[in-house]
Amino acid sequence: MTPRPAIAEPRWARIVLCVLALVLLGLFLVLPLAAVFTEALRRGWGPVWQALSDPDAIAAIELTLLVAAIAVPVNTIGGVAGAWCIAKFDFPGRALLLALIELPFSVSPVISGLVWVLLFGAHGWFGPWLQAHDLQIVFALPGLVLATLFVTFPFVARTLIPLMQEQGRSAEEAAATLGASGWQTFFRVTLPEIRWALLSGVLLCNARAMGEFGAVSVVSGHVRGETNTMPLHIEILYNEYQFVGAFAVAALLALLALVTLAAKALLERGGPRGSLAA
Amino acid sequence: MTGSDEQASIHAAARAWRRRDLMLGAAALLPSGVAFAQGGGQLLNVSYDPTREFYREFNTGFAERWKAQSGQAIRASSSHGGSGRQARAVIDGLQADVVTLALAYDIDAIAEQGLIAANWQSRLPQNSAPYTSTIVFLVRKGNPKNLRDWGDLAKPGVAVITPNPKTSGGARWNYLAGWAWALRQPGGSPDTAQAYIAALFKNVPVLDTGARGSTTSFVQRGQGDVLLAWENEAHLAFAEFGNDKFDIVYPPLSILAEPPVAVVDRNVDRRGTRAAAEAYLQALYAPEGQALAAKHFYRPRDAGVLAAHKARFPQLELVTIDDPAFGGWKTAQATHFNDGGLFDRLYQPGR
Repeated sequence: MTPRPAIAEPRWARIVLCVLALVLLGLFLVLPLAAVFTEALRRGWGPVWQALSDPDAIAAIELTLLVAAIAVPVNTIGGVAGAWCIAKFDFPGRALLLALIELPFSVSPVISGLVWVLLFGAHGWFGPWLQAHDLQIVFALPGLVLATLFVTFPFVARTLIPLMQEQGRSAEEAAATLGASGWQTFFRVTLPEIRWALLSGVLLCNARAMGEFGAVSVVSGHVRGETNTMPLHIEILYNEYQFVGAFAVAALLALLALVTLAAKALLERGGPRGSLAA
Repeated sequence: MTGSDEQASIHAAARAWRRRDLMLGAAALLPSGVAFAQGGGQLLNVSYDPTREFYREFNTGFAERWKAQSGQAIRASSSHGGSGRQARAVIDGLQADVVTLALAYDIDAIAEQGLIAANWQSRLPQNSAPYTSTIVFLVRKGNPKNLRDWGDLAKPGVAVITPNPKTSGGARWNYLAGWAWALRQPGGSPDTAQAYIAALFKNVPVLDTGARGSTTSFVQRGQGDVLLAWENEAHLAFAEFGNDKFDIVYPPLSILAEPPVAVVDRNVDRRGTRAAAEAYLQALYAPEGQALAAKHFYRPRDAGVLAAHKARFPQLELVTIDDPAFGGWKTAQATHFNDGGLFDRLYQPGR
């Protein structure tokens, strides 16, 4: 008697399920993405180039990259530290910390922006002090960075925690027994084990940092050429009937995200082999 | 550490942070060819939704004129959104040098917080409104539902697109124009006006937050039979999408919308931009500014400029906000638009 296959569904059921999944994927993911690129190129490359070389568009692209360049490293360090605490140590409040790390996932982006206005706006808790010292946080770069930090905080930690928990603590304990310091243990034992997951978390974090709309919209002030990130610039162009321009910037943003995801997929394919070889 | 040392170090830290912020900002802007000049290198105009195209052109012209006049390079930029939302942002700390909003009430709200002198409306001519506008109907080509006057909008089966009066200045003018029309009908009274407004808003399938959102709903997504629009917004949609798709209908009676402007005193005094900010608003009253307003379908105040563009602005009976029917913005706002006001009671979504 041949062994029963683990999955015993009839062939037609499997085909139907696969087709259904592919159709849904095509409808909800591929089609909208294709629409962005076709709309952008509706009148050829000229208008696309024109929209992307507009000073306001360039400022938006640079601001987006700058915000991501600040938010991603900060969240990488914070995420690794948080994940390390949670996965490798027992301490009172561990569950609470875990819940707090996930908080930005469950909070609406509008709230994630509004909290900064409530704290640092002119009538916020710290507003009068900031005004007295001529500091501008909301409606300026620091506010955009804070909102992005808040929204993208969980990505690195959430990617690392399951892996680090699964890996357990024996390697770190062995390192400690052999006399390694805390930093040595981290850089020589922990980090090599998690590097692929870390990279993938960083890339996800970056994709979201560049694409965030709701939270940054609340703290931006929408000054063109100054506090508009790419997603906000897209909205402005769309509302000004500049559809080709809006879709051109949208296509660039989508392209940045696609490159990020492709890099992540490549890393994941190369990842386990790489770490086995190491 | 003594008290004064501590204070000195706080100030030093604040200065350092400010410098850093400035440098980061400059780093973000430099390649786009913008220098952060000291002392009023930048001027921010926080405006409402449909003025985008007008102020984009005005900003460029003003920068050139200011350079010629004062020798200072300046970059005038604007921010646009629903009028109420924009006022809120200025109250929350958006560093506006001037505000150019849809209605006086929103500037009053900023003045109440002490950012603008209470007498702001008397500081410039014509109630501080350098241009006026009115509310017209944008309908599908050929006006298939034959919508000519405000009464036609409340008939069953007509879908009316207007933004939300709670967040949009233009929508408040829409609402008040309808109210004024209903009051002036034979046998008109506040009761019949209420019944009219309730019937009108029963015909509204979607309330966007700003005028531009509503225009996009009507023009781009094809919703509704009629858009209650700023005169200039209607003409802009007309120009953008060709006159083969829409018609503009001027009702016999509408409202005189006076979108006012003001210098934000506290911000310009802190930033040292008062001279440029005041010149900016004065330039709106100058013949060039008036002609530019007319070009973008805002009704100029200057009689000469208005006469030169007479064909653009059909005559119609215009009610003002100071009409006894409304009694000024403070009263109108309290009666109609505040929480628990008439609009809240009359608007019943989904019925």
